[in-house]
Amino acid sequence: MATKKAPAKAKSNVSAEELLGHYREMLLIRRFEEKAGQLYGMGLIGGFCHLYIGQEAVVVGLEAATKEGDKRVTSYRDHGHMLACGMDPKGVMAELTGREGGYSAGKGGSMHMFSAEKHFYGGHGIVAAQVPIGAGLAFSDKYKGNDNVTFAYFGDGAANQGQVYEAYNMAELWDLPVIFVIENNQYAMGTSMKRSTKSPSLWERGAAYGIPGEAVDGMDVLKVKEAGEKAVAHCRAGKGPYILEVNTYRYRGHSMSDPAKYRTREEVQKMREERDPIEAVRQMLLTGKHATEDDLKAIDKDIKATVNESAEFAKQSPEPALEELWTDIYAPEVPQETV
Amino acid sequence: MATEILMPALSPTMEEGTLAKWMVKEGDTISSGDILAEIETDKATMEFEAVDEGIMGKILIAEGTEGVKVNTAIAVMLEEGESADDIAAPAPTATPAAAPATVPATAKAPVQATSDASPDWPEGTKMRAATVREALNEAMAEEMTRDDTVFLMGEEVAEYQGAYKISQGLLDKFGSKRVIDTPITEHGFTGIAVGAAFGGLRPIVEFMTFNFAMQAIDHIINSAAKTLYMSGGQMGAPMVFRGANGAAARVGAQHSQDYAAWYMQVPGLKVVMPYSAADAKGLLKTAIRDPNPVIFLENEILYGRSFELPEVDDFTIPFGKAKIERSGDDVTIVSFGIGMQYALEAADKLAEDGINAEVINLRSLRPMDMPTILASVQKTNRCVTVEEGWPQGSVGSWIASEIMQKAFDYLDAPVITCTGKDVPMPYAANLEKLALVTTDEVIAAVKQVTYK
Repeated sequence: MATKKAPAKAKSNVSAEELLGHYREMLLIRRFEEKAGQLYGMGLIGGFCHLYIGQEAVVVGLEAATKEGDKRVTSYRDHGHMLACGMDPKGVMAELTGREGGYSAGKGGSMHMFSAEKHFYGGHGIVAAQVPIGAGLAFSDKYKGNDNVTFAYFGDGAANQGQVYEAYNMAELWDLPVIFVIENNQYAMGTSMKRSTKSPSLWERGAAYGIPGEAVDGMDVLKVKEAGEKAVAHCRAGKGPYILEVNTYRYRGHSMSDPAKYRTREEVQKMREERDPIEAVRQMLLTGKHATEDDLKAIDKDIKATVNESAEFAKQSPEPALEELWTDIYAPEVPQETV
Repeated sequence: MATEILMPALSPTMEEGTLAKWMVKEGDTISSGDILAEIETDKATMEFEAVDEGIMGKILIAEGTEGVKVNTAIAVMLEEGESADDIAAPAPTATPAAAPATVPATAKAPVQATSDASPDWPEGTKMRAATVREALNEAMAEEMTRDDTVFLMGEEVAEYQGAYKISQGLLDKFGSKRVIDTPITEHGFTGIAVGAAFGGLRPIVEFMTFNFAMQAIDHIINSAAKTLYMSGGQMGAPMVFRGANGAAARVGAQHSQDYAAWYMQVPGLKVVMPYSAADAKGLLKTAIRDPNPVIFLENEILYGRSFELPEVDDFTIPFGKAKIERSGDDVTIVSFGIGMQYALEAADKLAEDGINAEVINLRSLRPMDMPTILASVQKTNRCVTVEEGWPQGSVGSWIASEIMQKAFDYLDAPVITCTGKDVPMPYAANLEKLALVTTDEVIAAVKQVTYK
């Protein structure tokens, strides 16, 4: 599908390899989410399922700015974040289908997956709960005296929750190494930004607490990465928190049960045709001769195979044994790594 | 390869719908994101988006068809170069590998342990007088020395030495990295504490009173209590939430609620309520070491009371172990926390009338030492519970229900639950006394169940 804008040139400080990596990671998320949508439609995934389609550049760009040890926490729209930090698509898909091969052994579902190994702290169902939790993760790293940072992702809807500002205040007060990432996809379920606040510049709200920040074009993975690197440098230097308001868009409804009557088809189509983050990188790769059509087709095929493999695994993995109803209520010892 | 398009479930509860309108026709090229059809459910008309790309080969369900069940084949898509004649036999629908037909009656709840009547400390141990306040302070200091991932946070815990002076001297001993004054932001700082626990630390969160913890209750329940389960055992919250609970002296309705029954209900939490200084010290040390979120309910009135504390190195009391404070054969009185004051006073007065009560100090509400209660009721055949909290859904009502179901044949009278009155706490001194449970009410209840 041809884009209506002239494709941007890749910046000279990005290698072809990196760009291909971004393409691959965003495509994995895109295809995985489409598959999850399909499985939901077939009744294999139940309850809530919030898809990240359209927002891929946000998490892929920011993950490119991280190092080992950095932490991340987000809301229920978490499948993309998990794939981007290296969690296994099989384990994610099998959790979506509620099977024992899932990350939470089938007991959490879409909104409640965790990986101590990949430093992914959920997956949270209560809007904005993850924000002070993210500040707390940063607190633990500062307490331990390392230079890890935490990315606390939340949406434009969550940005009106009181606990966000309580977290801002304490994060700045205590110089916590936390990057507050507002994924502003313009809609909080069915309520547009315009209808929920007269103060739409979300990153500027940090100024009241002394926290610096900026707005970022979330459909451009390289711009996101650049902003991420700036934020990370600020936090690792012990200067306290940073806010990134990343402007993005979701093509699907809030969740699988959202008919999305609050915006026009034309608005969604326009975004898809003119601002699609994956298409933009695709054009950059082809125009800059960093890859051929065949190279990209090969990646597409590979990703499709990975996603299909995860769907198969998710269908074949058995439901948890009945005894599991009664397990994992109490820990006999501290479960997560304490390093 | 030709692929079937199935009727999707467009909401968690959708079982069938109407295929209202086809937006494509046979022969059309389909791209990812194109709308294939409009589907009507009882809630809304939703658009069905194409995921795969290809050519619309054959439409199987006509426009306007009602009652199309989810997963029915509605169309077939072809890849470039194929024709409608290439449509293969339908692929078998994927079903879960194991589908339980009934509610899991075979998955039994874990069996409760038997009663443990061993003493908290060996006979002949040297004792010294200490207040509950001192005992709590010692417990925290000992645990913070033992494990440097333990830290204390809350309002006024550091420089003010604690609103109730429980954390007196801790800032000097351990420094401001480990004893932290928070702004007045219970919701936010409790969330931060949970994040710190996920990150490998062991926070002690002090709520000035548990009344203010209602601001933070979402994090206590949804972020702390439930996460171990939701993560399939991967991630827990090793932390303690402690502070004053229940009525103080004339502090009014918003500052006097007893939260024992609320927190006791939640699987994933542990809930303890000490009475004596020994209870306080032993239980708080255990709470801090416990890898689960613990609700530690203190009482302002008890802070200043003096009790005998055993001089034992590293003194701990396990959870789920009740203490028989007074042995007797005529009636079982069960209580916890400040309720013990009324229970023990009543037992003394009743003894003068020849009624010998066995008084059980639960100490642990979750896990609760039901075997000790049941063993006692089997001996005395009568039970009275005592607490300051409200009656409807009280801790006593759970105990009464358990006794009825597990020791019905041993009861010679109904279980009477003595509680605070079903009113918001009044300010006037005389009304407050009446609003709380009284020793006279406990005595009257015992006389009722002993038919005296």
